[in-house]
Amino acid sequence: MACSATPKIVHGPLPTNSLRSAEKSDSSCKFMGPSSFFGSKSLNKKLFSVNKAVSSVGHRSAAVVAVSSDVVKEKKLKSSSSLSNLLITREEGLVLYEDMILGRAFEDMCAQMYYRGKMFGFVHLYNGQEAVSTGFIKLLKKEDCVVSTYRDHVHALSKGVPARQVMSELFGKTTGCCRGQGGSMHMFSKEHNVLGGFAFIGEGIPVATGAAFTSKYKREVFKEDCDEVTLAFFGDGTCNNGQFFECLNMAALWKLPIVFVVENNLWAIGMSHLRSTSDPEIWKKGPAFGMPGVHVDGMDVLKVREVAKEAVGRARRGEGPTLVECETYRFRGHSLADPDELRDPAEKAHYATRDPIAALKKYILENNLASEADLKAIEKKIDEELEEAVEFAEESPVPARSQLLENVFADPKGFGIGPDGRYRCEDPKFTEGTAQV
Amino acid sequence: MLKNLRRAVGAIPFMRNPALASRSYSVSVKQMMVREALNSALDEEMSADPTVFLMGEEVGEYQGAYKAGFTGLGVGAAYYGLKPVIEFMTFNFAMQGVDHIINSAAKTNYMSSGNINVPIVFRGPNGPAAGVGAQHSQCYASWYGAIPGLKVVSPYSSEDARGLLKAAIRDPDPVVFLENELLYGESFPVSKQVLDSDFTIPIGKAKIEKEGNDVSIVSFSRMVGFSLKAAEILAKDGIDAEVINLRSIRPLDRSTVNASVRKTNRLVTVEEGFPQHGVGAEICASVVSDSFGYLDAPVERIAGADVPMPYAANLEIIALPQVDDIVRAAKRACYRSVPLSATR
Repeated sequence: MACSATPKIVHGPLPTNSLRSAEKSDSSCKFMGPSSFFGSKSLNKKLFSVNKAVSSVGHRSAAVVAVSSDVVKEKKLKSSSSLSNLLITREEGLVLYEDMILGRAFEDMCAQMYYRGKMFGFVHLYNGQEAVSTGFIKLLKKEDCVVSTYRDHVHALSKGVPARQVMSELFGKTTGCCRGQGGSMHMFSKEHNVLGGFAFIGEGIPVATGAAFTSKYKREVFKEDCDEVTLAFFGDGTCNNGQFFECLNMAALWKLPIVFVVENNLWAIGMSHLRSTSDPEIWKKGPAFGMPGVHVDGMDVLKVREVAKEAVGRARRGEGPTLVECETYRFRGHSLADPDELRDPAEKAHYATRDPIAALKKYILENNLASEADLKAIEKKIDEELEEAVEFAEESPVPARSQLLENVFADPKGFGIGPDGRYRCEDPKFTEGTAQV
Repeated sequence: MLKNLRRAVGAIPFMRNPALASRSYSVSVKQMMVREALNSALDEEMSADPTVFLMGEEVGEYQGAYKAGFTGLGVGAAYYGLKPVIEFMTFNFAMQGVDHIINSAAKTNYMSSGNINVPIVFRGPNGPAAGVGAQHSQCYASWYGAIPGLKVVSPYSSEDARGLLKAAIRDPDPVVFLENELLYGESFPVSKQVLDSDFTIPIGKAKIEKEGNDVSIVSFSRMVGFSLKAAEILAKDGIDAEVINLRSIRPLDRSTVNASVRKTNRLVTVEEGFPQHGVGAEICASVVSDSFGYLDAPVERIAGADVPMPYAANLEIIALPQVDDIVRAAKRACYRSVPLSATR
């Protein structure tokens, strides 16, 4: 059994004062993989070796570091990690920071715009969960796929869809990434391989499994050198949905290159996960299907990134799927229409202290990866980018009338034959939107 | 590489199936069962294009796939570049995956504004079989026919089956392909043109199976056969019926139907599904709105009985349209006096 050594991926360089994790750390094993023939032993070992380098204060062996002054030496001891053992380089740190700031600032701007009446319908914001999106998606290539839920703005942004296109889409303008036809819950991008934005929970999971199936098909049938990976993001409520289990089964059976990322923010709209689930530890459902199940602190982008590296690496090597449960929290309500009165203010306050952006900032500054000024510059840059995105969206035109009938079919003959005997799509009035339909 | 394959397949005359070869006559017309038509179409399309693959319950060696899961999986594969053909044991089972057919497949090209199209085919038997009970006998033509973004076709003969399935697989949009279990074993003559590996039938065009002048009988799938038999019986009574095989439920070939009604002035629609909001209702509405002045009699709609399908064999027969029902409806449309319902 893998439990003899304690990988302790829950604890790491960033101090956490979490109640949830503290309770869980007393249980014997955080990471339980299935028996070795699924290749999880290597995963175990890898994680274990990572943690040896970055275990918490007071447990590590001394590392020899060249330091220039006592002050720096002291600082190093306090921060419990040496330069050579840092999880990220300066460049990576800045990329992660920028991505999380973009996600947070974008969502805040959405809320502002919604209350000003520029945005409408259903808008679900991602505040507080940025570590999961950044931690996973920043490891992907352009060809890898991301499939998400209705809470998909930040996934699209992390994957590379420009902020101005996402903002325009939310405003319902023709310059949006789906030309205003999708909306908040349906972000699609062929270029960046964002395969949606789905409104129903669990709907995206089989679609993601299918994209992973395509990767494997390309590898085995076309004999292409294809190691594209798919990430499926979904919440805790979805883990009680039938489609989730069907897909875990198929993915494990066929060893598909997919990572199932559970963003467990404890609340399915207003339903508490603990009250509605027979066994609230979602990571355990992985081994039941023959894949490793991993639990990670989703408020810490570096921990998420480490786990993500392993899981994505596993998928790329063809070793099959992984189920990763990220313990996270959303700072706002389920959607902008949700007054968020059901959650305990104490719980919200507690998680506010674990803000992933603040934690990363602390890590970067304490380890001298960048200066305060660098980070401020990034924040300023993002603010300007967003101002520009909002301006762009405001000034963009609304869709023309003719757009109503466009793109229902890839082959427009699907509209059939009109009363004059010709295909409707050949009638110029039809495409202008002025014909009687 | 793909191009060469396609060329190679086109060059080889279709004589692969020994059963067919033994049936070949000296004329160029062969008999082919609908089942063979479908299989040959699938076979040729899969050989020509390696991105086409078949998935379903108990298909090939992929045991362990379950409806909602594999329907969505097929859609995801289609998003990302493959061309799946998803097979359902019957379309009743597809109800468990209908969310994916409609929300993930039909609506995606529109929601993504042309970014992501879904070249997927959902096929399987539709409608009643023989004694399979209420949960296995529903006809879904009108349900799927209502959804924008889907193309829905329902073949009758082997020629229809081959041509429409090839067209469906080559189509860049989601196509729902409604077959009929009882038709699988029926044989139809097929010309050499039909056997060509590039033979396709355009989606959205109906076929006039038999020309006539007195009454138009419009139907699809198995009911086309019944309509043709009814036309023979009506001919003996001096009524020259025109039988139209819709072939496509969505898009509906309104122009052919309307042109026919303008010629005959009477319309009878036949379907196996439930009567309310059925295919016949849509045809009737189309004709009333486009050719009202040409109608000499109210439109007669024949559909399955408005009840879940019973099991008992004699009840099942009267729950479905029979040739006799079509004959009586046509006569009513021609103002001949006939009993309103079956006397047996």
